Amino acid sequence: MIPEIGQFAMILALALAAIQTAVPIVGAHRDDAAMMGVARSAATGQFVFVAIAFGCLTYAFLTDDFSVLYVANHSQLSLPTLYKVSAVWGAHEGSLLMWVLILAGWTLAVARFSSGVPDAFAARVIGVLGFLSIGFLAFMILTSNPFERLVPAAADGADLNPLLQDPGLAIHPPLLYIGYVGFSVAFAFAIAAMLSGDLDRTWAKWTRPWTTLAWLFLTLGIALGSWWAYYELGWGGWWFWDAVENASFMPWLIGTALMHSLAVTEKRGLFKSWTLLLAITAFSLSLLGTFLVRSGILVSVHAFATDPERGYFILAFLGIVVVGALLLYAWRAPSLDSDVGFALLSRETFLLLNNVLLVIATAIVLYGTLSPLIYQMMDWGKISIGEPWFNFAFLIPTVPLVILLGMGMHAAWRTQNTGTWLDVLKLPAIIGVVLGIVVPLFVYGRMSVMLAVGCIAAFWIVVSSLVPIIRSLRREKGAAGITRSALGMSVAHVGMGLFVLGVTVVSAFGVESDRALSPGASTEVAGFEFEMRGLNNVTGPNFTAIEAEVEIRKDGEYVGTVRPQKRQYLVQKSPMTEAGIRAGLDKDLFVALGDQLGNNAWSVRIQYKPLIRFIWLGCLIMALGGLIAISDRRYRVNVRETAKRKDPKAQEAAA
Amino acid sequence: MNRFILPLVIVIGLIVFLVMGLQHGDPRALPSPFIGKPAPEFELPTLKNPEVVIGTDNFAGKYTLVNVWATWCVMCQAEHGFLMDLAASKSIPIYGLNWRDSRPDAIRWLGRLGDPYIASAFDPDNRVGMDWGVYGAPETFLLDPEGTVVYKHLGPLDPAIWEREFLSRMQEASP
Repeated sequence: MIPEIGQFAMILALALAAIQTAVPIVGAHRDDAAMMGVARSAATGQFVFVAIAFGCLTYAFLTDDFSVLYVANHSQLSLPTLYKVSAVWGAHEGSLLMWVLILAGWTLAVARFSSGVPDAFAARVIGVLGFLSIGFLAFMILTSNPFERLVPAAADGADLNPLLQDPGLAIHPPLLYIGYVGFSVAFAFAIAAMLSGDLDRTWAKWTRPWTTLAWLFLTLGIALGSWWAYYELGWGGWWFWDAVENASFMPWLIGTALMHSLAVTEKRGLFKSWTLLLAITAFSLSLLGTFLVRSGILVSVHAFATDPERGYFILAFLGIVVVGALLLYAWRAPSLDSDVGFALLSRETFLLLNNVLLVIATAIVLYGTLSPLIYQMMDWGKISIGEPWFNFAFLIPTVPLVILLGMGMHAAWRTQNTGTWLDVLKLPAIIGVVLGIVVPLFVYGRMSVMLAVGCIAAFWIVVSSLVPIIRSLRREKGAAGITRSALGMSVAHVGMGLFVLGVTVVSAFGVESDRALSPGASTEVAGFEFEMRGLNNVTGPNFTAIEAEVEIRKDGEYVGTVRPQKRQYLVQKSPMTEAGIRAGLDKDLFVALGDQLGNNAWSVRIQYKPLIRFIWLGCLIMALGGLIAISDRRYRVNVRETAKRKDPKAQEAAA
Repeated sequence: MNRFILPLVIVIGLIVFLVMGLQHGDPRALPSPFIGKPAPEFELPTLKNPEVVIGTDNFAGKYTLVNVWATWCVMCQAEHGFLMDLAASKSIPIYGLNWRDSRPDAIRWLGRLGDPYIASAFDPDNRVGMDWGVYGAPETFLLDPEGTVVYKHLGPLDPAIWEREFLSRMQEASP
């Protein structure tokens, strides 16, 4: 009964999404306030029904209703409750339902917090978001119904993939989806602006906080996914350039470009058509990612169960959305001329370079991701462009990007006096170069060209991001003189610098070694002594495991004990490696059990990962920067001011 | 004007490329190195009676289905009804390969849902499964009278797949 309610709620949500699309957009076109008014209530209703469907599926998991095929395939009686909940989005159908729920959530948020935006504009934005909901709800109802029944019901389920039984994975997909579904809001604002023809800079002002919010969630989601892969897959790497990872990384890169370009459009009224194009592209890449992951067109370590029919559906929907948007763009964009100019040395120039480099980086990732497909179609044989290619190619645009970042932050809008600019840059440049050489050479004891470039760039970014804050603090107004926007930018850039430092140091000085260990034996890696004290059998709720106790010492002094496990999940029979990690800000010591070698000896993978925590810490700080930036009072003031200046025609009509 | 149409052109090109990519082949069709080759030989005790041994020798002389199944595999249960129908129609002998399973569970399962198999080989530790390149259950192999693997299907069977992928191949060979 409950699953049928869920299914019915999905269908009602689809009907409401259709109303949410058609009525407000026609209403905005005809200037009919009553029709535009439908937007907010339809969006609320759609959210409620999608939430009911989501609740029904969660209920089916919690009550072990194995008469529902999706539940039977992805849960099991002894699965811990937390994972019964996260199993809801553990595979294709349910994660799609979460996609739709999050889209409806963003729509609801836009409906609630857009009171400063003229009614006609808000109606169009909500209408466009409704259209996206239609596509995904129809996709789910027609090809991927999570409520499909299994007759006769199974006695027990097939269990959730053990890889996914991890707290990190319970929250990774929601954060990631909030991020990349969130770019739908910027997309909808862009489409609404083009539909209305009202393309002055206000739409950029309204879009900015939404874009930053989506971006910060995406940043957190990607970082969490990377962290999860690090400790759960047992390989100790943090990024694999896997198709699924790239699918979320491409929208992030373009989203980052979009945030910067929106700043220019809002402040200076420049780059208008370019910003529109980026807003369309960011969300289009989210859709492309969904297609790549779910159509099975690419083989990936974490692809969903796939089906070509689903591939055609998403591709068709993607085609309608993107081609429609770009047709609109080809029609509207040519009229967007800017009459203002900017000098060669100005913040505008640097932001333009930022955009160009980020777009190049995205193109590289896109090419690399699609290359197996290109090769296959050209009959050049099955290849996969691997990590070395990506690691090299990706540096070409990103090294200049991070170096220009520090310069751009200190350039003024419109035009910048060269002399004062160089004065400001002198200090960060000197500190950057000195620390960039001293740290690797004296702390870690080695030097190479790439290492120097990475470290100098990292310290350069951190110091040059802190300079404006320190300078403001030293002025009369002190902390009060710093806007949240400026502070957010500095914080996010510091995060970027720490990230670069972490990546550079861990790539250069990380040590990885496979050893054989038996109880009582010890081995030395990177100056640390690892001694296996014993092997124990342990049992979890739905697995049994062998746990090794490994004591780590340095120069005879106790550092810590780690307990890596080799788990055998009872239902799916798959062995899983649970790494033992001694985590620290300065380094991680990572021990993973490999295979049993006989005589109680095990192959053990031992890794020394200096500064690897900086990678995720950097992302966390970047996201924090985004959060600070959207809390800027400018946005709140704008909302109130615009509310006062609301379109008089709409007010008349409403009265 | 042209530069505003450029993104549209690129996207249409990309979509055409992706459509071709989708058509280029069923992405589910994992290439099996065994197709067109003799089925890897094996001998295993049967599920119901450990004393009795079955193996590749039993399959010769006729088209035969070898169905990989397990009690923990939900999709096996989904296809079970169809296998029962197929067995009742007596159109092809069906052998099972009970894979990574426990004997009492498997016998109970067949008792509850019916047994479409002439016999099931019992492979609890994936010895034969490994030789046969089994990715997951259910999986179904079609062997021709010479014992050559003609086709391998991943996932549950249903009447449409049976007709499209299996019957057609059997008819092709014997007009």
